Amino acid sequence: MKRTQRIAAAASATLVFSLAASTLLLWRIDQIRSTATLDEALYVTSPKLLKRLSLGYDGLLADIYWTRVVQYYGAMHRDGGGEYKLLWPLLNLTAQLDPKLTRTYEFGGTFLSSKPPMGAGLPDRAVELVEYGIRENPDNWHLYYDLGFIHYDQKNYSAAADAFLRGSELPNAHPVLKMLAARMAEHGGDIETARMMWTTTYEDSSDKDIRENALLHLRALKVDQDVTALEHLAEVYKQKFKVFPLSFRDMVVAGLLKGIPVDPTGHEYKLEPGGKVIVSNPDDLPFIVKGLPPGYVPSDILKSKPAK
Amino acid sequence: MAAIEILGLEKTYSVGFWRKRPKRALHPLHLAIEDGEIFGFLGPNGAGKTTTLKMLMGLVFPSGGGARILGMDLDDPRMKAQIGFLPEQPYFYDYLTARELLTYYGQLSGVDSRQLPRKVDSTLERVGLRDATDVQLRKFSKGMLQRAGIAQAILHDPKVVFLDEPMSGLDPMGRREVRSLIEQLKAEGKTVFFSTHILSDAEALCDRVAVINLGQLRGVGAVAELTSGVRGKVEIVWQGTSVPAAIKSLGAETHVAGDTTRAIISEQHQDAAIEAVRRETLRLISVTPVRVSLEDYFMAQLKPSPEEVVAR
Amino acid sequence: MSSRIWHIASNTFREAVRDRVLYNLIAFALLMSGAAVLVGQISIGIERLVVINLGLTAISLFGLVIAIFIGIGLVSKEIDKRTLYTVLSRPVRRWEFIAGKFFGLSGTLVVNTFFMAIGVFIALLYVSHHLTHADAGVLVALYFIILQFVILTALALLFSSFSSPLLSAVFAFSLFVIGSFAEDLRGFARLSHGIARWLATGAAYLVPNFSALNVVSQVAHQVSVSRQLIAYNTAYAVLYTLAVLSATALIFERRNLK
Repeated sequence: MKRTQRIAAAASATLVFSLAASTLLLWRIDQIRSTATLDEALYVTSPKLLKRLSLGYDGLLADIYWTRVVQYYGAMHRDGGGEYKLLWPLLNLTAQLDPKLTRTYEFGGTFLSSKPPMGAGLPDRAVELVEYGIRENPDNWHLYYDLGFIHYDQKNYSAAADAFLRGSELPNAHPVLKMLAARMAEHGGDIETARMMWTTTYEDSSDKDIRENALLHLRALKVDQDVTALEHLAEVYKQKFKVFPLSFRDMVVAGLLKGIPVDPTGHEYKLEPGGKVIVSNPDDLPFIVKGLPPGYVPSDILKSKPAK
Repeated sequence: MAAIEILGLEKTYSVGFWRKRPKRALHPLHLAIEDGEIFGFLGPNGAGKTTTLKMLMGLVFPSGGGARILGMDLDDPRMKAQIGFLPEQPYFYDYLTARELLTYYGQLSGVDSRQLPRKVDSTLERVGLRDATDVQLRKFSKGMLQRAGIAQAILHDPKVVFLDEPMSGLDPMGRREVRSLIEQLKAEGKTVFFSTHILSDAEALCDRVAVINLGQLRGVGAVAELTSGVRGKVEIVWQGTSVPAAIKSLGAETHVAGDTTRAIISEQHQDAAIEAVRRETLRLISVTPVRVSLEDYFMAQLKPSPEEVVAR
Repeated sequence: MSSRIWHIASNTFREAVRDRVLYNLIAFALLMSGAAVLVGQISIGIERLVVINLGLTAISLFGLVIAIFIGIGLVSKEIDKRTLYTVLSRPVRRWEFIAGKFFGLSGTLVVNTFFMAIGVFIALLYVSHHLTHADAGVLVALYFIILQFVILTALALLFSSFSSPLLSAVFAFSLFVIGSFAEDLRGFARLSHGIARWLATGAAYLVPNFSALNVVSQVAHQVSVSRQLIAYNTAYAVLYTLAVLSATALIFERRNLK
């Protein structure tokens, strides 16, 4: 039956061709619409209405929005960061759709309050989000930790202490909360406190981005400590030799150092005139307060990218 | 030229969910139907008649073999424009009126649009549906649906008409009308191939018949030819109301009417029966052969005896 | 050939109309009038937003139901009722039958959508007393909705050609839901690894891309749709539908009609 065979051949060829072509088109359409699904978050005027419209599948919808959050943050972060303008609407929607999804609050706590290019720079929104999470999940000690963390990061040590204290009163609370509450009151600004905070965050979170963020903070703390120590040694050198050392080699010869000091990224510290110590690659060490070269401005702000 | 040539057409289905067992619906069938004849395709339900027809119509694909209609392949659209088909217990788009239905079918068959309205009306007249022209088919009775079915089969003036159980569901009046319609079709030079399990219809109409059972052809030939080979019956009438023991023991049918008795026995026992009547000194009135019916032939074919397929 | 397809298409349209499908327009009209009047009375400041969102969403949902409910029976009903036998014994190719059914149902949906669109614009005029330039976006959204219907019809037809009406409805509806999140599905695929990534990516590209054809909230907020997107979406819809119809033809050509 040649006729039917010809028709079958034509149909198969058409099928393969059109499927291939439509797949290629999809790829192109995705490019045009790269931010379309995210921008949708801006069009939802009422999260409550969206929740009702989802007819009970709000959990699933929340999960979908959560993946959008992760993708949005990941893509922007890879591109060097920015203002994360859509982060708050997306997190807010996710939280409203599924208030029991606690990662939302953890993520928001860290990345809403951090300043650009690492986060959205909206600490008030971050507090609002986590406090909503606490109202919806009153037995979750971790949320009190997240809240305290935001306050700590903003240097509101008493508010932070308060949050940690409230959290420590929960029956299954991590013992570290009590410790942190105590420390906050007296030693809020200490490096040791900071190290405790970031170590706790790193150990307790399962989110990749949050852990990476915590690690960067811990490295920054190490740098700050190193720089303080090295500059102190330079002072000691000056006391001895009446002049500041010209290089670390001098300090090694003088027996003050065992070798050329290296920062956590493996690069050597640089000794400047006047006994000042700086890092060789400040872009790799966000969050450091000491050891910045004079007049240093983070290079992505210089690039003046369109803020997103 | 043979209007329809069936060349080893066969169909096997795989039945069952996991281990597929093959089920043979039709063993390789060889048949040739001549131009202009009325050909009957007989068999009990499930014999394979409808399967054969569906394969000829291209609705089911054969597992082997092939066929040609009017010398053309089964999927040739030129051939399809010249055949008509009435399926078993047909059902049509019930939201259409009779006229709309036939117009639609006419359009699909490629009937010229200028002639179509006239043809639709004349066909509806011919099958006796003129008064229902603008009635929706959902309101048709079974008999009317059957007529509509025949109408759509002949509307486009096909050379070969295939009818699957055309008399089903019709009252005696309806059946007589369909029979006369089929005869008219033959008079117009068309070839008619119809399947049925009502033997009297086949007997009255067909030039030739084929008998099929359990997917196998059991016999083909002119009705007269087929019935001649079968052992027939004789009817013996004698005076008196008593039945000789010998006849009784044959298990023959007997009727008493007035003071005569009739018995119908098979031909082979004829002599023994006559002898029995004479021994009882009953007066023999008549001995007449009973015409062999197609039914006898049919029942004989359906007995699972190892018969050779009678090929033409 | 084309005249047979046309005849089958118009017969399918006629069947839908006589099946009282278009009565759904009455329900739609009631819905839109009710909403327009209610919203007009409350004067909440976002009347246009509500009318456009509600109107376009209702058109999508009504059309979805029609496309699926009629589409799933297009072939299976003809097989069950054996009306197909008398059609295919004529010089009608099997693929022509499929094409005819497709155009018939698509045509029905286009006509249906047209009337509904008029309803939406009337409601819009009622609540905001004038139409702005940006309302042309509503036309684009409607066009995309029609493209969705075209794809859905083809899918319903595909399933109808080999499976029962119930399963066809389930498959078609599932594909509609998944397709509405196709872009997210591709996002999921990008985040996964190994075999899961391959499977998810494959599925994400095979599933109909309904999410890119849904610009309702965008248009309601008067954000315009790029011409590029209109062109690409059109091409995609045409090609995808062609693929689905080819698959249907392939299946149907070889199907034994018992």
